[in-house]
Amino acid sequence: MTKTVSRLYMALVYLFLYAPIFILIIFSFNDSSTMSRSVWSGFSLRWYRQLFQDRLIMEALQNTLIIALISSLGATAIGTAAAIGINGMKRFTRKAVMNITNFPMVNPEIVTGVSLMLLFVFFARAMGGVSLGMVSLILAHVTFSLPYVILSVLPKLRQMDPHLYEAAQDLGCPPVKSFLKVVLPEIIPGVVTGMIMAFTLSIDDFVISYFTSGTTQTLPIYIYSMTRKRISPEINALSTLLFGTILVLLLIVNVRRSKDKQQEAEREEA
Amino acid sequence: MKKRLAAFALSLFFLWPAALPVSAQASGEAAPKTGVTINVYNWGEYISNGVDDSIDVNKEFTRRTGIQVNYTTFESNENLYAKLVSGGANYDVIIPSDYMISKLIKENLVQKLDYQNIPNSKYIDQDFLKPVYDPTNEYSVPYTWGVVGIFYNKKYVKETVDSWDILWDEKYAGKILMFDNPRDAFGIAQKRLDFSFNSTDPNEWEEAAMLLKKQKPLVQAYVMDQIFDKMASGEAWLAPYYAGDAATLVDSNPDIGFAIPTKQGTNFFVDAMCIPTSAQNKAAAEAYINFLCDPEIAAANVDYIGYSTPESAAKALLPEEIQDNPIYYPPKEILEKAETFATLPDDTNLLLDTLWAEVKMGGPGQTATLIAILAGFLLLYIAVVLYKRHKRRWDFK
Repeated sequence: MTKTVSRLYMALVYLFLYAPIFILIIFSFNDSSTMSRSVWSGFSLRWYRQLFQDRLIMEALQNTLIIALISSLGATAIGTAAAIGINGMKRFTRKAVMNITNFPMVNPEIVTGVSLMLLFVFFARAMGGVSLGMVSLILAHVTFSLPYVILSVLPKLRQMDPHLYEAAQDLGCPPVKSFLKVVLPEIIPGVVTGMIMAFTLSIDDFVISYFTSGTTQTLPIYIYSMTRKRISPEINALSTLLFGTILVLLLIVNVRRSKDKQQEAEREEA
Repeated sequence: MKKRLAAFALSLFFLWPAALPVSAQASGEAAPKTGVTINVYNWGEYISNGVDDSIDVNKEFTRRTGIQVNYTTFESNENLYAKLVSGGANYDVIIPSDYMISKLIKENLVQKLDYQNIPNSKYIDQDFLKPVYDPTNEYSVPYTWGVVGIFYNKKYVKETVDSWDILWDEKYAGKILMFDNPRDAFGIAQKRLDFSFNSTDPNEWEEAAMLLKKQKPLVQAYVMDQIFDKMASGEAWLAPYYAGDAATLVDSNPDIGFAIPTKQGTNFFVDAMCIPTSAQNKAAAEAYINFLCDPEIAAANVDYIGYSTPESAAKALLPEEIQDNPIYYPPKEILEKAETFATLPDDTNLLLDTLWAEVKMGGPGQTATLIAILAGFLLLYIAVVLYKRHKRRWDFK
């Protein structure tokens, strides 16, 4: 009895989580000429066709992806380096620095957004009134995703035996090489998690991008600007594609991970 | 496996600096092979974009002139204003609405146009020259115009819709939608009371606010773009909105009708092209405005977006059923009775904001109750925490 109840409960939770996405996916195939979410009038792929014809959406998507890629790589590099530094600090300084690092996560996004905008505008004026754009967006995105990378790398570093690194150097391995050969393989799961987090946060971000975008438009900003007329069903199609891509990526990552584990287990047995 | 990881890590560290110059190039498109890039800032979904065999206006402009267009979009005049004032974004062409244009002129945020570079402005009809928002006609060239009317579902609303009164009819309680922006919402109440939109008399604004408060229990929701879904699905029966969206709505549900209230006046709005003071490529911007005034381009554009064109020459190129449609090109009597928004003095704006907040939130009373309840919970929580700590200390003793 309790089992059925708990299963039912779980099913309900998942239903609430995923029902909106499924409705969006279903309506992305809706043939209705204008409506996206309310009236079903037959199956069609027209919104997918239009989506790829729509240069504005495609440009916004391209901007979003470029920014997400560069800013997540940047945040990962800086964040990993920072985590290693923080890990080597004394207890008190570490606590203090971690508090400072975590602050942007609890700071309301709008405050981060406005303050970054003021800073960027100040520099842009100093540089002779250039427009904010891609560069300021990437800098902003690196800034807000840094703490997440640090937070996901730090635990891995603390799990690691600190003597491994010293041992490698004892055996004559130069510092950089011993970092790449010994430390990085140990913490790589944390680094990858951090990077994926940074990537998704960047794609998602509206508030901070809104203030720092200048004359560049990312996908969330573009979608928001449609709200006076209507949000085009092309966006349903695009969201479906994004959801599908992420689902496939997750599946690949998980399959690979379980394969790795299997191999490791086999190796240990042998 | 290990090797691959190392390679990945390496690429991670080296890609970052390598990637930066790429991004710098991407944003610095202004230094280009073909000449210049202009930054255009327009309403969302407000230009023909090449979907479904329409013309891609921006692409066509680049093809003809070699000038690149960085086209971005906004969703409200206020948003555009904020972006212009904050700095950090240099636009060359912006397309705000009437009252925002007069505000921009007043604050010196837009500059005078050089009409020599915009020969196609001769196609603009006489009626649109020297409008109230730009009395000298030096700063703006009209892009589109339209009126506000009432969309209704013929299945449920059988009477003729000819007055704003119907939005206060208790028969339709819970089926009425209203604008979710103060100027448009107050405008309806003002016209029902036969006031001017641009009144500076606080009493008139208060009276309009009273009327909106009276209407509130009948209103299903204050919305903008959601009216498309709500009207199409029959969830709501009556909604004031812009005539330019009639085609979209009627397409989605053939039961939907549109009427412009003839008993009182309505709002006549114009969206017009301007060049901000901070523009970097004025000549290219003027070329763009000129291009949009080309009757063929203007016709293709309004055919796609659904609003009305200020050029008779462009109108003549439209399908006949649109040319003769009183929704898009209402008869003179209606236009004569219609009024355009002008910018309001600061104190009136402030009053409008306060009154609008009262209409939507149900007045300052409700907000105060909410705060009181929250404060109550907070006090309770603090009391519990303090009590627990106290008790623990007691137990230790």
